[in-house]
Amino acid sequence: MADEKALTESILVVGGGISGLTTAVEAAEAGRDVFIVEKRPYLGGRVAQLNQYFPKLCPPSCGLEINFRRIRENPRIKTFTMAEVENVSGEEGNFDVTIKLNPRYVNENCTACGDCTEGVTTEIPNEYNYNMDKIKAVYLPHDMAYPMRYVIAPEIIGTEEATKAKEACQYDAVDLDMQPESITLKVASVVWATGWNPYDATKMENLGFGTVPNVITNVMMERLAAFDGPTDGKIVRPADGKPVESVAFVQCAGSRDENYMDFCSHICCLASLKQTTYVKEQLPDAKVTIFYIDIRALGKYEEFYTKVAADENVTLIKGKVAKVEADPASGQIVVEAEDIYSGSKSQAKVDLVVLATGMEPSMATARVPADVSYDESGFVVGEKPGIYAAGCARRPLDVATSNRDATAAALKAIQSTVRR
Amino acid sequence: MEKKVGVYICKGCGIGDSLDMEALAAVANDEFSPAVCKDHDFLCSEAGVQVIQEDLNGDEAVNAVVVAACSPRVMRDVFDFGPSVVLDRVNLREQVVWCQPKGEEDTQMMAEDYLRMGITKVGDMEPLEPFQPEEEMSKRLLVVGGGLAGITASAEAAKAGYEVVLVEKEAQLGGWMNKLHKQAPLKHPYTDLEDVDIGDRIKAVEEDGNVTVYTGATMEKIEGAPCLYTAHIKQNGNVVTEKVGAIVVATGAVPYDAGKLTHLGFGQSENVITNVTMEELASKGTITRPSDGRPVKSAAFVLCAGSRDPEHLSYCSSTCCIESLKQAKYLRLQDKDAKAYVIYRDMRTPGHYEYFYKSMQEDEGMFLTKGEVSGVSEDENKNVVLEVDDTLLGEKIQLKVDMVVLATGMVTNADIGEEVELGLEDDEEGAAELADVPADTIIKSDMLNLDYRQGPEAPPLHSGFPDSHFICFPYESRRTGIYYAGSVRAPLDGPSTIDDGGGAALKAIQCVELTSKGMAVHPRSGDMSYPDFFMDRCTQCKRCTVECPFGAINEDEKGNPLPNPTRCRRCGVCMGACPERIISFKNYSVRMIGNIIKSINVPDEWDEKPRFLILACENDAYPALDMVGLIRQEISPWARVIPMRCLGGLNLIWVADTLSKGIDGILLLGCRHGDDYQCHFVKGSELADIRLSKVAETLDRLALESDRVQLIQLQISEYSELPRMINEFSEKLDEVGPNPYKGF
Repeated sequence: MADEKALTESILVVGGGISGLTTAVEAAEAGRDVFIVEKRPYLGGRVAQLNQYFPKLCPPSCGLEINFRRIRENPRIKTFTMAEVENVSGEEGNFDVTIKLNPRYVNENCTACGDCTEGVTTEIPNEYNYNMDKIKAVYLPHDMAYPMRYVIAPEIIGTEEATKAKEACQYDAVDLDMQPESITLKVASVVWATGWNPYDATKMENLGFGTVPNVITNVMMERLAAFDGPTDGKIVRPADGKPVESVAFVQCAGSRDENYMDFCSHICCLASLKQTTYVKEQLPDAKVTIFYIDIRALGKYEEFYTKVAADENVTLIKGKVAKVEADPASGQIVVEAEDIYSGSKSQAKVDLVVLATGMEPSMATARVPADVSYDESGFVVGEKPGIYAAGCARRPLDVATSNRDATAAALKAIQSTVRR
Repeated sequence: MEKKVGVYICKGCGIGDSLDMEALAAVANDEFSPAVCKDHDFLCSEAGVQVIQEDLNGDEAVNAVVVAACSPRVMRDVFDFGPSVVLDRVNLREQVVWCQPKGEEDTQMMAEDYLRMGITKVGDMEPLEPFQPEEEMSKRLLVVGGGLAGITASAEAAKAGYEVVLVEKEAQLGGWMNKLHKQAPLKHPYTDLEDVDIGDRIKAVEEDGNVTVYTGATMEKIEGAPCLYTAHIKQNGNVVTEKVGAIVVATGAVPYDAGKLTHLGFGQSENVITNVTMEELASKGTITRPSDGRPVKSAAFVLCAGSRDPEHLSYCSSTCCIESLKQAKYLRLQDKDAKAYVIYRDMRTPGHYEYFYKSMQEDEGMFLTKGEVSGVSEDENKNVVLEVDDTLLGEKIQLKVDMVVLATGMVTNADIGEEVELGLEDDEEGAAELADVPADTIIKSDMLNLDYRQGPEAPPLHSGFPDSHFICFPYESRRTGIYYAGSVRAPLDGPSTIDDGGGAALKAIQCVELTSKGMAVHPRSGDMSYPDFFMDRCTQCKRCTVECPFGAINEDEKGNPLPNPTRCRRCGVCMGACPERIISFKNYSVRMIGNIIKSINVPDEWDEKPRFLILACENDAYPALDMVGLIRQEISPWARVIPMRCLGGLNLIWVADTLSKGIDGILLLGCRHGDDYQCHFVKGSELADIRLSKVAETLDRLALESDRVQLIQLQISEYSELPRMINEFSEKLDEVGPNPYKGF
């Protein structure tokens, strides 16, 4: 157990996505003790669910692996998964934080051998794949999950299946009596890196999500293209598994719109351009249409945009999509937009529609138990002594910018340990 | 140190079910006679670790531990016995029993080989002692450039208790911000122009006791290495020196040369000005026409003047949309009847700047027009006439305005200067041998003037911007301890520039904290090993100095390498490059890998059990191999994997070691290289590929086929494909036939 002084030199990072991870490892490597509190059973957040990063088209698991290695090799970092912050009291340099640990029903003895899954038949929606498929109720969240430890879903607790899982474990790692518990941490500063949620696409009724088959969101498209996704990486129509010959991307689905979110979500243009490369890689002849208001490919990303747009099968139409409807005759989807260039309405009939839904800050729907100021959309505004925000909790950001922002937040958090 | 080796074999997770544990222990005992060899049902349990601890602390006094259990990627904290104990993790779980059929002879042989390899490895490892130079190590930071990014870096580092030396070439701090009339909003609600607040920021750093400011000063020279730098600062004709530990470079950008924008009327009409001139005009009080001094009643702001244009700048300069909206507003605030036209291609006001855009749209005197300027002329009254194509109305429009403001993009100061290629001179000794190694280009921008063998500045990655892995390794350059912030690194808006200042300062702080403890920085942060050069055998071939991706090694006038351990990232590229094999780490060396290779048991030809080696990058390929086990795919039982810090550590002697031993082939698994390289050490994988291209020579000498050696550029996410790749290599070796050196 560390002494009192060391405890108050500690930093709490709330959220184990790419921003939280970065704040944590950067602060720890600068010589501070850090706690990471993550509500999911694994670290990596939404980045763990991405297929590739733009513009390099490299796998995010590579970047996560190096960060997990930094965590494994650094005794200064302590991680709590399936955990949430219940209360923060005190002041800069001396906060008391109550953390609730939810039961995983699997303890540190777990070796990830997988024996516990043998007798389990109950399936639950697979959150990792945005519920596009199902997994067993005893599961490893994904192949490269960190920590690499199984989870037992509460759905089967108290059933025979749970008992079977317990009996199958040779290492006494299954603990079905686990209860939620609270712990208290003393920290000098708190960094909220609570990230974002994809905006609820069902709110835009005209865009057909949830009513028109084969209309998906951009985050689902990441899973559809990922080799460990619900279709083993094959981009097919999710409703019937049929091949895709044409795709429409609908930009600003929920962003830059006073009826939904009035800010720009920053990443969606590049995300759709990147997803266009997923389509072209698998289906070189597929037609891709991108309906946009402005293509916001800032800085060096411009060159990525230029490259993707140069493909003769990629069409960019400046116009806001008004309607997405099923065409029962062809089984396709009709996307109708106003082409601002020609003034006329334009239509595309496609197999798959990807809504570039924006980033809603997690705090829009889940305020945090601390003295934090928000703007009207739920982003954190400003900072208070010892209370900071990093990444998409502050503003909509891509991964590279989030990493830089989170590094800057690490320094803020360290300043609080010095100022005491 | 005299090794007392303890071998601990775990039986859990299927290892005991799949392998003959007694036979495995017999390999250790009979061939290596370790001090102890024990097995355990559940080695990572408290009781299991206790067994090891007792041997470390007890009469056995074990000081070298071989844990034959799961992958080193898991249970790391459990099997951590401190720096004085040499440790190797033999991966029997993921890379043997989880990817091989249970109970087979070949599975057993694989496990036995890995045990041999692990025990051999600890025999060649020594405990690490951190690098501690005689000279005192400095934890002060040098910040070069006193604009928004540099001031922020200085202020933020000072607030964390670090001393900062801030050097600015102009007579006063503030940089570009000093030239602004108003600033685009930096804070919520992002709707209005703000008063320029750089004055407050300047005052704060000037009054901070932790910050020493040099204005009107430039860097004459920077000698040394992280924690050991001597910065020679030239000010008023004098040179002063400061000892510093790490460097933040925040030297900013300059406007693109408007002289090249004649197609937009610059230089053709007096009333076509740049956005820089516009700030000057607005600062003076009234925005007037250059031609006649009359207050401007109408102006057109032309965006992407030079940016997003393959003829000029291929990138987007990121801030021009926001800054032009701001300048248009200057005009509207000056005269409520004035007309401001903003001609844009895409309005790029990301994130919260959408609010600013919307606020400007609500101003009825603002005309925001999508289009491209196709012609610029002047009428008899010196009004400027613009032809605009590609408008939303679909037709060409003509605009007649008092003045045109070109939103010239930004060019990093790092890209301004003579470009030099940093190989060896053609007539220089060693040049012919090194001709195959692509030389880095350095732009002599006169920002740092590093006294480095590999040039005075950091090499650019792209369009002159000196960053490296810009997604995952924020602020990193290819020079250890030197971090780039602000628009020198990429075109940035205000909030991102401020972020950059703080973030780069943190990286610099991290560098001095780790380095002063003798530890490496990212990506091997915390590593206490460093390369030792056995100079007696050095032939001054210069390979190590030229190939080091981080410019860590200097040279004396005779061509002897002068290593700088605190610049070193511990990748081992120099070790791979050295033909004399004189570069070694205490726990990683050419000899060590050679001995591991030699420890593999190679069956005779008539056993029909081929063997091949896999040299795997431990950052991506090794985890991918683990994943193959985790998803329970099978790979060829003939493979034997040796992890490497980076494939760039490949020394060609290992090819000879492997093939002369009778092993049938070598598969190298490295990272993707090229423009979008994924190698954590930038060039390692590429250098391995280059070295390999010369392996034909070795193979010819041994009278062997070149198909026996192959390099695959693997992504970590390709693990589901990996069994196929490995098995295809195995099949190819079958076709080539057995290595004729078997049994020699």
